[in-house]
Amino acid sequence: MEIQQWTALLVGASFLLYIVIALKSRANSTGEFYVAGGHVPPLANGMATAADWMSAASFISMAGLISFSGFDGSVYLMGWTGGYVLLALLLAPYLRKFGKFTVPDFIGERYYSQTARVVAVVCAIFVSFTYVAGQMRGVGLVFSRFLEVDITSGVMIGMAIVFMYAVLGGMKGITYTQVAQYCVLIFAFMVPAIFISIHVADWAIPQIGFGMDTPGQGSSLLQRLNGLHEELGFASYTRGSGNTLNLIAITFALMAGTAGLPHVIIRFYTVPRVRDARTSAGWALLFIAILYTTAPAVAVFARTNLIDTVYTDGQFQSHESMPEWFKTWEGTGLIQHEDHNRDGLVQYVGAAAVDGEGQPIRNELTIDRDIMVLANPEIAGLPNWVIGLVAAGGLAAALSTAAGLLLVVSTSFSHDLLRKWLKPDLSDRQELMAARIAAGVAVCFAGYLGINPPGFVGEVVAFAFGLAAASFFPAIFMGIFMKRMNREGAIAGMVVGLLFTAGYIVYFRFMYPELDNAEHWWWGISPKGIGTLGMCFNFMVAGIVRSMSADPPEEVMEMVEQIRIPEKP
Amino acid sequence: MASESKNDLPDNPQKVCGGHRLYWRKNLQLIAILLFIWAFVSFGLGLAFADSLHGILAPLPGTPLGFWFAQQGSIFTFVILIWVYAWRMNKLDDEYFTNGDE
Repeated sequence: MEIQQWTALLVGASFLLYIVIALKSRANSTGEFYVAGGHVPPLANGMATAADWMSAASFISMAGLISFSGFDGSVYLMGWTGGYVLLALLLAPYLRKFGKFTVPDFIGERYYSQTARVVAVVCAIFVSFTYVAGQMRGVGLVFSRFLEVDITSGVMIGMAIVFMYAVLGGMKGITYTQVAQYCVLIFAFMVPAIFISIHVADWAIPQIGFGMDTPGQGSSLLQRLNGLHEELGFASYTRGSGNTLNLIAITFALMAGTAGLPHVIIRFYTVPRVRDARTSAGWALLFIAILYTTAPAVAVFARTNLIDTVYTDGQFQSHESMPEWFKTWEGTGLIQHEDHNRDGLVQYVGAAAVDGEGQPIRNELTIDRDIMVLANPEIAGLPNWVIGLVAAGGLAAALSTAAGLLLVVSTSFSHDLLRKWLKPDLSDRQELMAARIAAGVAVCFAGYLGINPPGFVGEVVAFAFGLAAASFFPAIFMGIFMKRMNREGAIAGMVVGLLFTAGYIVYFRFMYPELDNAEHWWWGISPKGIGTLGMCFNFMVAGIVRSMSADPPEEVMEMVEQIRIPEKP
Repeated sequence: MASESKNDLPDNPQKVCGGHRLYWRKNLQLIAILLFIWAFVSFGLGLAFADSLHGILAPLPGTPLGFWFAQQGSIFTFVILIWVYAWRMNKLDDEYFTNGDE
């Protein structure tokens, strides 16, 4: 069968599965719609959390990102997994004990303040929408590349599927489709990775294969890759590019941001008991780690394969001799070859490359790093069904994350804004109806963003993590671990953290992009890592303001005591 | 589902509160130890000391140690840390709240 038929078959089968699950798990109350009734077993919740968390970016872009940035790409690997340690140790069990539906719920009640709740709602909605736009875009891309449907129709199909299970089933429908989506996406990621690992390194486990000595080469894969990088004038693959403080700041901002993202936190409200929240975090990170430890191996294999294709036995190869996949992707514009010196060769070199006489060589090849995972099966010459599988996996990753985010948006409207603020007399049925309508509207709006993406999606993701790190994480942390933290302190901290982080990012990314380099950054910290500093300011300001204002009311301190212990004795 | 728990205080709050305090202190100790390891493997071995560890090829024969910690080892460690915490705390729950399970 052709690639396209396989893709249609596998994508169609996976979609059918999601629809069947959606029809079987309708939500009948707000409790079921918001937190699946609190009955999700920890193992299933772990899988759902993993699918919720691993987005189109993790599945499609991350390995490519690491492939092109080497050691410096580690910040994403550690940042997007290390956050689960913070979540499991510092937040999840206590929020489960608190036992409400949303993150703004906690912030509003813990700091006995509608203002705090509304600030939290606005942040949650902003963070979730910026994220969703990227997911819908990913859906469109997969459709257009593999099924040759245009991006608009691709996004429409994706929207229809998400609409079915998010609007009908709420969290209950989302949870069980996410379990299925995790299985699809991890299978789709691992199969090509294992094939390639056997092909390149002679080991079936990619995590081992990329670190062993390659038989018959006399050196390991990484040493060979470093050697190639040196010959071609790229920076070393296994060494950092310098500024360690910046790398640490970025990693920490990603970690605290991960722990503070509402669509991840909300998953821990769905398990039955406090102890289940802990084990469920363990399962979640285990399932995530399977993909996250494979990605760097795939990155190394892909990088080596790519360089070997254009640069064989110390010679650049001619453009005519490039394999089929190279030309296919050239057709999409994601690989570009500009023959500056008109010698017909594909010269792929880094900034430090010089020729025999010490003259700099110009690079002629531009590769969009997002294609690495999608093109990998073709590069390694894998059978057509594997390529179809990768498409189904990419869609599973994008749809599962989109659904989780849309649920946060709809809950924020129906529960936090309507029920808890504007119309407190809403009945459960009316609230459920409002939640469904909000979810429906959110799906359509997300689809619109997917078809007409704002040009700054990439920048905005840094925003999402920075804001979550500088606002949610410290506010929730202090709410649990500092009993005497009061309304004034928490709000002042959140406002300062938010304004500082947002201001720094807007200044460097939108107002003066020409100044966006290490020379002008404060202490060499890039906008991606500034959430860490914003978080420190948040803690400091909160502490100072607290010491100058009254203790929280007795019943709030009592509530904190109760959150800290497990279920009623 | 866990309820709003104002009414859940047991009959003898004095004694239980002492127990709660000890439980909470043990929890904080455990968190401190695990977070120290968390920071040491990721920010320490993975980033700050990675360059000095570059010459050491471990634990696989072809990977520099710092690079391995940054891209593999730290993630494995994170998984273990969460499981250790879950296991220890679930035991501690049983010790201090014997019939903690509903």
